[in-house]
Amino acid sequence: MRLAAIRDLLKCDVLVGGDDLDAELDTAAASDAMSAVLASPRPRALMITGLANIQSVRTAQVAFISAIVYVRDTRPNEAAIALAREKKIVLLATKLGMFECCGILYGQGIKGAT
Amino acid sequence: MRPSVAEELLRRTFEVRGQDFDKAGETSAEVTAILKDLGIDPDIILRVGVVTFEAEMNVVMYAHEATVTFILTDEEILIDVTDRGPGIPDIGLAMQTGYSTASDEMREMGFGYGLGLPNIKKNSDAFILESEVGKGTTVHSSIRLDSSG
Repeated sequence: MRLAAIRDLLKCDVLVGGDDLDAELDTAAASDAMSAVLASPRPRALMITGLANIQSVRTAQVAFISAIVYVRDTRPNEAAIALAREKKIVLLATKLGMFECCGILYGQGIKGAT
Repeated sequence: MRPSVAEELLRRTFEVRGQDFDKAGETSAEVTAILKDLGIDPDIILRVGVVTFEAEMNVVMYAHEATVTFILTDEEILIDVTDRGPGIPDIGLAMQTGYSTASDEMREMGFGYGLGLPNIKKNSDAFILESEVGKGTTVHSSIRLDSSG
């Protein structure tokens, strides 16, 4: 699924990487615990999280994750945004909760990174 | 696990400070960038990144400071993280998935869920954890260049 389709399905604002929404993703990991994401790293996966600090982007960088969706209307801080710009990691934000995001994407064929 | 000097192709050391949450992860980013420049297999880089990042976060959360030593040989990558800190009283307990002594503040940083040490072990081909209460903890991790995880 293209990132642009994920943006539309989850009604996301694009915070970083508006020109990089053509990337195709088929896997996602969802957690506020970064070690849970790192436990099953899948390159080019989507991360779904409510963790808004720089460690969310650091985790994405280490795990080769291409995009993050911030849920529950949380917004990454300035340091996280700056690092995402530098590392070309797409940042999206939605008012939906994590459960809803996971359900919508799973229903559209996105698989868990386990 | 430590190779003779003759076998080493590259050695780097980094200092990590406790409680420095903003810089946590910079060492793993630097190490993985070096490996990428050298053309190392991305699967190996991913494992090195997870090991180094989790170890850094443990230092930032629990220790005063630490030295991270990164060694590349023609057979493996060695990551040694030696901290000055409180040490671990019960290593068996600390290795259990889900066991953690982290504070709520640490969990707000996205870590401290009892997954870090198991993640380090899982991504290592050889793993040794040594600790002395009141002095500190050392993590030794080896990742073979011909391994797929």
